[in-house]
Amino acid sequence: MRHSSALWVVLGWVGFALLPWFSSAATQLSVNPPGAGLAGSALIDGLANGRWWLVPLLVPLTAGVGAVALPRHHPLHPWLLLVGGAVGLLWTVVQGFAIGLNGWSWSGLAALFGPLPQGQGAFGLGAALTMTAFLFQTTSGFAGLGCMKGDRFTAGAIGLVLLSIALFVFLPVGFVLSSAGDGGAGGFSPLALWTRLTAPDIWRLNCLYESRSCGVVWNSVFLATMTGLLTTLLGLAFALVAVRTGFRAKGLLRMLTVLPIITPPFVISLAVILLFGRTGTVTLALADWFGIPPSRWIYGLPGVLLTQTLAFTPIAFLVMIGVVQGIGPSLEEAAQTLRASLWVTFRTVTWPMMRPGVANAFLIGFIESLADFGNPLILGGNYDVLSTKIYFAVVGAQNDPGRAAALGIILLGLCLGAFWLQRRWLGTKSYATVSGKGDNGVPPALPTGVRVAAFATAIPWAVFTFILYGMVLFGGFTENWGRNNSLTLRHYRNAFDLTWGEHGLIWAGRAWDSLFTTIQVAGLSAPLTAAVGLMTAYLLVRQRFAGQGAFEFFTMLSFAIPGTVIGVSYILAFNQPPVELTGTMAILILCIVFRNMPVSIRAGVAAMSQIDRSLDESSLTLGAGNLQTIRRVILPLLRPAIVASLVYSFVRAITSISAVIFLVSPQHELATAYIVGRVEQGDFGLAIAYSSALIVLMGAVIALIQLVVGERRIGRRTTDRLALQEKPV
Amino acid sequence: MSIATNAAGVEFRNVTRRYGQAVAVNDVSFSIRAGDLVTLLGPSGCGKTTTLRMIAGLEMASSGTILIGGKDMTRLPATDRNVTMVFQSYALFPHMTVAENVAYGLVVGGMRKAEAAEKAAAGLDLVGLSRYGQRLPSELSGGQQQRVAVARALVLEPEVLLFDEPLSNLDAKLRRKMRDDIRDLQQKLGLTSVYVTHDQEEALAVSDRIIVMNRSVIAQIGTPTDLYRRPRDRFVADFIGGANLIEAELIGRADGVATVRVGHAVLPVPDADVAADLPLGGVLLAVRPNAIRLRAEVGTGNGVPVTVRKATYLGSHMEYGLTSALGDLFAIDTNVVNPVPAGTTVTARFADDGVMVVPR
Repeated sequence: MRHSSALWVVLGWVGFALLPWFSSAATQLSVNPPGAGLAGSALIDGLANGRWWLVPLLVPLTAGVGAVALPRHHPLHPWLLLVGGAVGLLWTVVQGFAIGLNGWSWSGLAALFGPLPQGQGAFGLGAALTMTAFLFQTTSGFAGLGCMKGDRFTAGAIGLVLLSIALFVFLPVGFVLSSAGDGGAGGFSPLALWTRLTAPDIWRLNCLYESRSCGVVWNSVFLATMTGLLTTLLGLAFALVAVRTGFRAKGLLRMLTVLPIITPPFVISLAVILLFGRTGTVTLALADWFGIPPSRWIYGLPGVLLTQTLAFTPIAFLVMIGVVQGIGPSLEEAAQTLRASLWVTFRTVTWPMMRPGVANAFLIGFIESLADFGNPLILGGNYDVLSTKIYFAVVGAQNDPGRAAALGIILLGLCLGAFWLQRRWLGTKSYATVSGKGDNGVPPALPTGVRVAAFATAIPWAVFTFILYGMVLFGGFTENWGRNNSLTLRHYRNAFDLTWGEHGLIWAGRAWDSLFTTIQVAGLSAPLTAAVGLMTAYLLVRQRFAGQGAFEFFTMLSFAIPGTVIGVSYILAFNQPPVELTGTMAILILCIVFRNMPVSIRAGVAAMSQIDRSLDESSLTLGAGNLQTIRRVILPLLRPAIVASLVYSFVRAITSISAVIFLVSPQHELATAYIVGRVEQGDFGLAIAYSSALIVLMGAVIALIQLVVGERRIGRRTTDRLALQEKPV
Repeated sequence: MSIATNAAGVEFRNVTRRYGQAVAVNDVSFSIRAGDLVTLLGPSGCGKTTTLRMIAGLEMASSGTILIGGKDMTRLPATDRNVTMVFQSYALFPHMTVAENVAYGLVVGGMRKAEAAEKAAAGLDLVGLSRYGQRLPSELSGGQQQRVAVARALVLEPEVLLFDEPLSNLDAKLRRKMRDDIRDLQQKLGLTSVYVTHDQEEALAVSDRIIVMNRSVIAQIGTPTDLYRRPRDRFVADFIGGANLIEAELIGRADGVATVRVGHAVLPVPDADVAADLPLGGVLLAVRPNAIRLRAEVGTGNGVPVTVRKATYLGSHMEYGLTSALGDLFAIDTNVVNPVPAGTTVTARFADDGVMVVPR
């Protein structure tokens, strides 16, 4: 293993002395001094161009060389690596943040050290490589001191995951916090933070006593509570029908659970507009038959509540299926042998055991609703919620990042609070009775009243949902919905036209650009998501190390950060040195990777927990190292989980909107953002045509993969459906 | 190609393993001779599996030194030790064929494919499964899977071969056969083996020596006969073979015979190595259940009057629950033709063989 630390030392030098230290982003050219030497490496730049603060990095780099030069078991070896790497990493980060484009980033520093002749640009290839090298030197040092059982691979993997989460989750969120307190002069001012956080339009309650709208927080919380309640009730009804009755078309109900994965979140809104908008089918019918004048009632609370309930019921359904299935039938059979009637059994045994799951489903619905962006954006009307307010604070005429950040903090607080409650609830009150052993027994029938209620709720709602999807698929073929219902392929031609020009095929449709970018971004982010997620899962399930609980908490925390907050935070954090990514495809990919990572972790943990640990151990005793064990034993056994994880990451990357809408640029437009743009322009035909094309495409991808993966199982349950289908909010 | 032997000895010097505050193995020292089969025996939670896993390198000692073949291996991870293990669950890789499983250690160790396959075939031959190489583990019976696991561990020619409760997933009949097969193989190849079990009968049957563990420390080390005939304390006496522990007083000793007073009776206890170290005074008398003989006559000589509380017919022998002035006793009698009915009062005599003195 010794040569691996030598390799990192060498790579550290390469990044420092040979590769361009700064990125070649547009902002860089203005500060680049003339005549920089060999591609402007840090060494040359530091010595020749007056950026003296880069030169001290020679010290930790030399320490690395010293470590490698020492004999293998010399006690100083790990210490040199550890201290050298840590100091190098710290210095790189500190100088990067302290010195910006125009010299010192904070006026306090300038006063302290005197002004600098010049600033510096964003980190480039060289900086990235050197920092990575420093990171792995540090972790090697830790391993050499006997941490993580002396296993360099584990130590390195932990370091890598921690650093990436710090950089791409916590750093941006930190930027949100600090910019919410931006006092205007570049400094942090608690007063400004307080003013922004307590702005009257956020918290006012005057809708209670006059006919004006309430603060946006109350709007959000009210909407989220209602959505949570409705989705939970519907989800429970669906689950009871699916699991506890002899209902025939269970397959159809199961299909409902796949829909939210393949549907971009705002598509339901489009369908609802087709039904209830001013020219919607139902609206026109009502006007014709009963003379009710068309109105815009759907734009506002009713519309958003309706669409969110439609969109999130399948998620509640999934959660509740798990809960209802988790109740061992033998408990209910026991109750019945003790002379309890069906109704008494349900009331005293079944329901109390479901209660924690119901609470969990409610909280999930609550969080989903708070974080939802697409539906309120399209249907919200005058009913403001936090996520749309954040969006308009950034992209609208206001252009007030401080305000967006303050709203983001409030939204984040609400989501984290609900997330915390959910964790606590699950942690302490779960009665899941499913164990490894099969619980023989037949669940008793539902009491008549409950059964009727469940059917009466679930079936109409399911029919309604399918009608809506039908409208979306059909709506793209009509000329102008409601006004001119003649069939046409115009919208599809508009979006996906292909012509044969003199230079061959021309992708003439307006949707191709964004579709290709989307597929590219999704295709690049999916393997990254799966890799990071599975590696983290491996660390969580298969390794034991100090601080593992905290490690798990931090990785899962990003689960609860709403997409709009992430979007805003990425803009705030990555549009200036030292890390400058806005406008690139990389920022889209990174954002998607770190938003979908928790799902991948869950899937990996679920799959890996089912592989007996003695398999790894036997591989180790047979002389294979950790890496070989992963490659030859764990990965082959995880193959179905990996494929599933890849596909779901891919699909979710395509359907996500809330975070990426902040990050798209004209060069890198994504399908969902493009569709939302079309909707805002009132171009419904194209938006609907494009959406249905996406839905069909995603559905085909999922069906294909389930066909392939389904046949390659090796006799064990692989992935937890629930884990895969829970979405980051 | 044949399987060679690299048997090496194992030595633990003051090895301790802590998990946070809890101590799983506390200051344990022992040495195992090359070529011996030694069993770690004890109730669950006594630290025997942790000890085994420290030999394998799957657990690291918190303090102390572990030597294998005379070399210090304390800090070496499992990968770098020449020690293999047969797992309780067999841990066969479900995605590889039987032959691939057996060849796994050879392949990852860098052996050429053809050579590894040849050696794996030799290993399978050794356990009598040469025709099963192309099957998947899930297509084999439990006993066959067990043999594959043994072959997989053997082909690496380990210095030490470890068995972690290897028979616990088999039915009683198969267990007996596998136990003999393992012992035969071990003796044929002259392997150093360490074997963990909580089944004392299994331990007595296969071991050259047994290390009895209790509450994270070693209770006693010895040959099966040693442990059965000369237990050093009440735990070993009871755990191996079972014993009635009776309060008694050591009143004298001479020529390897100790004199013990039990209630009103005075007994000579032969072969009292342990008793020789004990001071006169209060001791425990450990009486094997089959050393209690029930006689119909009452109140003569050194017998103890007992009342039969419960008599259970078990085909080959009778089990009796007895009540007496010495406390409740448990006895086994091979006389099933004329059993003593429950409720009768008889005299219990202690046979010379099967009575031991242990410290209180």
